Amino acid sequence: MSTLRTRDLIINIPERRDGFALNMTIESGQVWGVLGPNGAGKTTLLHTLAGLLPARSGWVELNNAPVKELKRRAIARQLGLVFQERQDTFPATVMETALIGRHPWLSPWESEQGEDQALAEQALRALDVEGLSNRLLNTLSGGERQRVAIATLMTQNPDIWLLDEPTNHLDLHHQVKVMNLLRNQAQSGKTVFMCLHDLNMAARWCSHVLLLYTNGDACWGATESMLVPEALERLYNQRLISLKKDGLSVFVPAQ
Amino acid sequence: MALAAMMLALAMGSVTVPLPDLWQVIQGDGSALHRTLVWELRLPRAVAAFATGGLLAVAGALMQVLLRNPLADPYILGLSGGAAVGALLAMLAGMGTLLISGSAFAGAMLATLLVFGLAHGTGSWTPSRLLLTGVVVASGWGAVITLMLAITPSHKLPGMLYWLMGDVSYARTPWPALSVLVVSIALIMPLARNLNVLARGPMQAAALGVSVRPLEWSVYLLASLLTATAVTTAGSIGFVGLIVPHMLRLVLGNDQRVILPASVLAGGTLLVLADTLARTVIAPEQLPVGVITALLGVPMFLYLLHRSR
Repeated sequence: MSTLRTRDLIINIPERRDGFALNMTIESGQVWGVLGPNGAGKTTLLHTLAGLLPARSGWVELNNAPVKELKRRAIARQLGLVFQERQDTFPATVMETALIGRHPWLSPWESEQGEDQALAEQALRALDVEGLSNRLLNTLSGGERQRVAIATLMTQNPDIWLLDEPTNHLDLHHQVKVMNLLRNQAQSGKTVFMCLHDLNMAARWCSHVLLLYTNGDACWGATESMLVPEALERLYNQRLISLKKDGLSVFVPAQ
Repeated sequence: MALAAMMLALAMGSVTVPLPDLWQVIQGDGSALHRTLVWELRLPRAVAAFATGGLLAVAGALMQVLLRNPLADPYILGLSGGAAVGALLAMLAGMGTLLISGSAFAGAMLATLLVFGLAHGTGSWTPSRLLLTGVVVASGWGAVITLMLAITPSHKLPGMLYWLMGDVSYARTPWPALSVLVVSIALIMPLARNLNVLARGPMQAAALGVSVRPLEWSVYLLASLLTATAVTTAGSIGFVGLIVPHMLRLVLGNDQRVILPASVLAGGTLLVLADTLARTVIAPEQLPVGVITALLGVPMFLYLLHRSR
């Protein structure tokens, strides 16, 4: 049970004069989706929340403690992040990759025990990549690598999950599978906060939405109140056709 | 493997000590000639070769993780160039061996500061920038070395050339190198899992609870110290730091908890064998060991590079 709170947070986007101060409270059980055009600062916000980038002003609180005053290791036990881009310079197997998720939980002299192995196996199974555990990462497809990255976060098992476009490269079935997995995690007490590009996914799986505009404006709230066609058209500078089917909103770009 | 190489190094040379005789010497018997040969000449040299090889291989392994580039090596970053300029300056001035060693050490540390200072610049510290700075600075050192060789009186040249090619016979005593090796392995082993995570990139490492900046600085300083010690002990010997970790990774995977101690053994063994070869090929004349490692290393490296495509 962890809470992530932003206090008058303005993220540091180069060449942006100022932005709307974010005062959000992200609580356990919630699934947040961040929507916005390219360059609006979705990734920067995610990294700032994780304490990896300094804010321009304001601060982030993790369970009422300012993130920048916490040790990296203490943060990593409560908060994990799936990056959009990953470096695979050295060859590593899928199992080794999942197991680095245990790093914040082990002392310097400890090595991964059977328990850690079991957690990693369970995560790989949940993401349908258990059959690949001895394969080298650089021999996998983009979608498989994405699922291994999510399995690594699951092995890390923090309370707060930050994900940068988790459905990137995934086929339709696995997009749904990943989103269901994230929602189930939230229902079991985790906090999920992710950047998305798909309005329909946000509509279907997110309890809360944050809209980030290119000029630094932002608004956030419960999904139903945020996903109104006018706001979204202004967000993406793109006309939309919105449909209702069985109480579910569907958005399609107009030509 | 390492023990067998040591035995071989003790036995071989311009005077061959047969294995039964060697066994007697180790037990404290044997002829006086053999005893002096083994205990006072060959053992210190073999230990020095082992320590130097271990130092270079570990330094290479650390640099590769730090720069996230499997082709990085202390030599490519210009550290040996700085050491060489320091040593040659001392030789040119006609200083004693102790001062030559000190000067080489100072040169290596200066090169370290120079490369990292320049690459650090405005704050971004990207591996490619570091590598490029290292390569450029290394070629600068190369030019200085050529200049110095050109203006050196000819009777001083052979010593300088041997130093440049790397020669374990310069090692006065193996113990400083060996103790640096033991201490730094003891220091770095608790950090080995951190290094595994760092190999995935600094952001990923930070997200997994690694304090990236302090770790990078300590690894860099340690690798520089290892290189400076190795260069000071035996001149500039190339390719050990590049080849050994690279081969070990192909065989053992990229877990630093395995790679670092394995580098000590494999690097040490390689250099002991290479030095034994250097002493025996045209005995009683001796070759600089750097020639042997380069002759072994270059084709092996090209083969690995070719195969990995």
